[in-house]
Amino acid sequence: MTGAELWTTAAVFGPLLASLVALGGRPAALKAGLLLGSVTTLAGSLGLWLQVLQHGPVRHLLGGWGAPLGIELWADGFSVVMLAVTALVGAAVSLYSLSYFGDLSTLDAETSPAGRAARYFVPLWLLLWSALNGIYLSADLFNLYVTLEILGLAAAALVTLAVTPRATVAGMRYLIVSLVGSMLFLLGVALLYTEFGTLALEELSAAAPGGPMAATSLALMTVGMAAKTALFPLHAWLPPAHAGAPAPASALLSAVVVKGSFFILVRLWFAVYGGGSEAGLVLMGGLGAAAILWGSVLALRQRSLKRVIAYSTVAQLGYMFVMFPLLAPEGLGGPDPRWSDDAWIGGILLAVSHALAKASMFMAAGNMSYAVARDGLRDISGVAHRLPMSFLAFGLGGLSLAGLPPSAGFVGKWLLLREALSAGGWFWVAIITVGGLLTIAYVLKVLRHALDREASDGDFRPVPRRMEWAALLLALASASLGVRATEVFQVLLQGGVQPWT
Amino acid sequence: MDVTPLLAWDALPLAVVLSSFVPGVMIMFLKEEQARLRNSLNMAGAVAKVALVGLMLQGVAGGASYEWALEVVPGLSLTLRGDALALLFVTLSAVLWLVTTLYAIAYLEGSANRTRFFAFFSLCVTATTGLAMAGDLFTFVFFYEALTWATYPLVVHKGTPEAIRAGRTYLYYTLGAGAILVVGAVWFQVEAGTVQFAAGGVVDATAVASGPITWAFIFAFLLIGMGVKSALFPIHGWLPTAMVAPAPVSALLHAVAVVKAGAFGITRLLHSLFGIEVAWEMGAAVAVAALAAFTIVYASVRALSQDDLKKVLAFSTVSQLSYIALGVALLDPLAHVGGLIHLVHQGIMKITLFFCAGLIAQTLGVKKISDMGGVARRMPLTMAAFTVGAVGMIGLPPVAGFISKWYLGLGALGAGQPWVIGVLLASSLLNAAYFLPILRTAYFDDPDPSWARGAEGPRPRLEADWRLVLPAVTTAVFSLAAGLLAASSWSPLGWAILIIEQGVL
Repeated sequence: MTGAELWTTAAVFGPLLASLVALGGRPAALKAGLLLGSVTTLAGSLGLWLQVLQHGPVRHLLGGWGAPLGIELWADGFSVVMLAVTALVGAAVSLYSLSYFGDLSTLDAETSPAGRAARYFVPLWLLLWSALNGIYLSADLFNLYVTLEILGLAAAALVTLAVTPRATVAGMRYLIVSLVGSMLFLLGVALLYTEFGTLALEELSAAAPGGPMAATSLALMTVGMAAKTALFPLHAWLPPAHAGAPAPASALLSAVVVKGSFFILVRLWFAVYGGGSEAGLVLMGGLGAAAILWGSVLALRQRSLKRVIAYSTVAQLGYMFVMFPLLAPEGLGGPDPRWSDDAWIGGILLAVSHALAKASMFMAAGNMSYAVARDGLRDISGVAHRLPMSFLAFGLGGLSLAGLPPSAGFVGKWLLLREALSAGGWFWVAIITVGGLLTIAYVLKVLRHALDREASDGDFRPVPRRMEWAALLLALASASLGVRATEVFQVLLQGGVQPWT
Repeated sequence: MDVTPLLAWDALPLAVVLSSFVPGVMIMFLKEEQARLRNSLNMAGAVAKVALVGLMLQGVAGGASYEWALEVVPGLSLTLRGDALALLFVTLSAVLWLVTTLYAIAYLEGSANRTRFFAFFSLCVTATTGLAMAGDLFTFVFFYEALTWATYPLVVHKGTPEAIRAGRTYLYYTLGAGAILVVGAVWFQVEAGTVQFAAGGVVDATAVASGPITWAFIFAFLLIGMGVKSALFPIHGWLPTAMVAPAPVSALLHAVAVVKAGAFGITRLLHSLFGIEVAWEMGAAVAVAALAAFTIVYASVRALSQDDLKKVLAFSTVSQLSYIALGVALLDPLAHVGGLIHLVHQGIMKITLFFCAGLIAQTLGVKKISDMGGVARRMPLTMAAFTVGAVGMIGLPPVAGFISKWYLGLGALGAGQPWVIGVLLASSLLNAAYFLPILRTAYFDDPDPSWARGAEGPRPRLEADWRLVLPAVTTAVFSLAAGLLAASSWSPLGWAILIIEQGVL
């Protein structure tokens, strides 16, 4: 087995195996599963990162069987960056979940409600992790469909773990959206297959899909994936689901799960369809712009902590679609050769930054409401003095979302702005800028409540240290990418936005 | 100790930045009760910073320059450059940070949330030294925006509704302008092809001639970004509002960090990005000069009608800051010297005044000028320091402010802009009109019975805590020394001439 094969196997099957281990249900099994999943994915993504950085995109035929019969895994720069950020977020959330549901070693998994939640959370999450890594490494549409389906089912189940009626309804809605999304995707896949007779992404890309059939197929798949990514106006399911889930699940859903379908959209539009049509890209960007404005305004109006963060996800996802038209003008990479990689690097940096920051913020918010046992903005008054580390994590995450230095968000926005300005796209410049200011407004609203002098004197439950550290570590990761992102830049150019041309 | 090897250490600028960053981050994790450890960390960082800056001063005076860079992404780096121009500002911040730290420790003793306060205080200074040594526009914006958010918790420190409101106003202005600054900076990079700071500018005069509108907009965007921190009319409104913050914060805002960052940014914009000749040709520099001149007079007029001491000082800052912008915008090296030294002179004089205002408010509870009767009898050292600052603001010899005005005047004549003399004279008269009555009240009016009674008890040996008095007296002595010893090569004037001679402006 070559190095690359070892690492792809570890990334996909490591968490799957861990999930099976965790099904044992005993506290020791849960812990072992989380540890195994974290170690295999961290090692796998790091190893694969180095491979791709040195040798370019790598291919792995599982069991030596090639297409059309076998399963083929494939990794380029985009894959490894998403794998790595998911591994970081996943490891931190795993650490967090060790304490969130109560001390795992003393939990009675059979009887206590927290124990039951933990017992389901761990294997579901590990399964989800495996599916997500599968998406990033898929080389054909069928694998994408299968992993996407697993991802959707596991994610919807995570929402319902909160066992409140609202969470159950939200989870149900999420499940339906997710299933409809996958169905539309499958329909699109079928159309492509009848037209071109292949499901391999690379072969499809070589066939340069065009004509009405291909366009219909892209439209179907796009609507399906946009629904799963909660792209405006298909976002309504997201806030109740992400806000209703238990904190570690919220962190995962907002930070990485929506990135799975986003990843597929980028692959489809740019790698397979070669950029699609200019009008289509502008439409995607326009929806992104609407998402930024609408999501931010609604985030400002929320009264509960987790709903602010959930609406913020709707807004921040918009930035990732603003990347679409910026990648378009006059051939991919923009009109100005000096900054030809700007939109690509900038857009993906924003996705990475959002994943790290949002997971950190959901965990920090989880800590705050864990401490006061409530979730209203008023209830967290003065919590900053009790939980300075969580407060810091939330603040640093907020900086990243708002694009203030030091953060990956600042660098990403600089690059996107540079692309937009060199192409004369003033509309996008305005959207990017205004979105940043709105972000500051809603982040600050939370911080102000947390800083409030009149601390509520109610019961204050001590928060386990590792929950605070998990949140802070991810926020620090996002901040450090703001001073050093060269390695991400370089690996993203391996394959780039169009790996097969 | 032999420091020669250290003098050649290229990462000295980074060490200067880290000397406040590391203590700041460590303090963030301390508990509120750990006052001793917190104060030690703070003072250690402040002393270390001054020592490191001292090393760099020595090196730069000997012709060395320092550069340290970290690539963020290919084509964008965080670049710290320690040259004579950067050091002018860095030295000011480092020295004033040291005295302000001592002052703040005493001023805030026993109050709440000191951990947060000192952590962010250190971060502010970190950002300030970073932007002072920024070798390019990207690095400058990086630290400039960081300074914006790091200052916010200090402005709202008291947590009163008034403070929260002031904080909101502060953020509206600075973040709004910051967003415009970022767009301007990126746009500059797209059009000029670089973000490097270089003496004489990096903008090609022919490029400006072929696209005057574009360049005018880029200049305007950048000027708005810098101008808001420098409190240029009409975007100065946040500064008088923010004076609700505790006195050490006012010192930080008005002398050490925030407004200086803006004024320094205008200097960079005119000299290191566009180049002063290009800026004159495109009419941008004259616009800055006119705006600055108007701000000088306008803010002085506004100061006349205030009764709150800190508010007077705040409007005075708005006015005095524009001296810097005015000086560096004129097309004459002597005017540049005048602007640059005023960056330092305004800092040491204004911080003296704010220290004194804080002392008086803390000791006697007096905040209004009309209540200041007889303060000089109760607090002679404080009022002596205040007098030095006030005389300096008016621009009378032998205080530092006189030297600034002298060079500004010479430069104005050299640049063929005699109207500037009129502005300087008018400003001096207006300054006299609002500072002299304060002195008269403090020295000659009868004490207010409310605090005079309270003072009947056993009088403290010193008029207030020595940690409050010493900083005020120290900076007052600096203000005098910068005027009296202006001819020395280590005075601000001597250093500003070195900047011109070394050609780093």
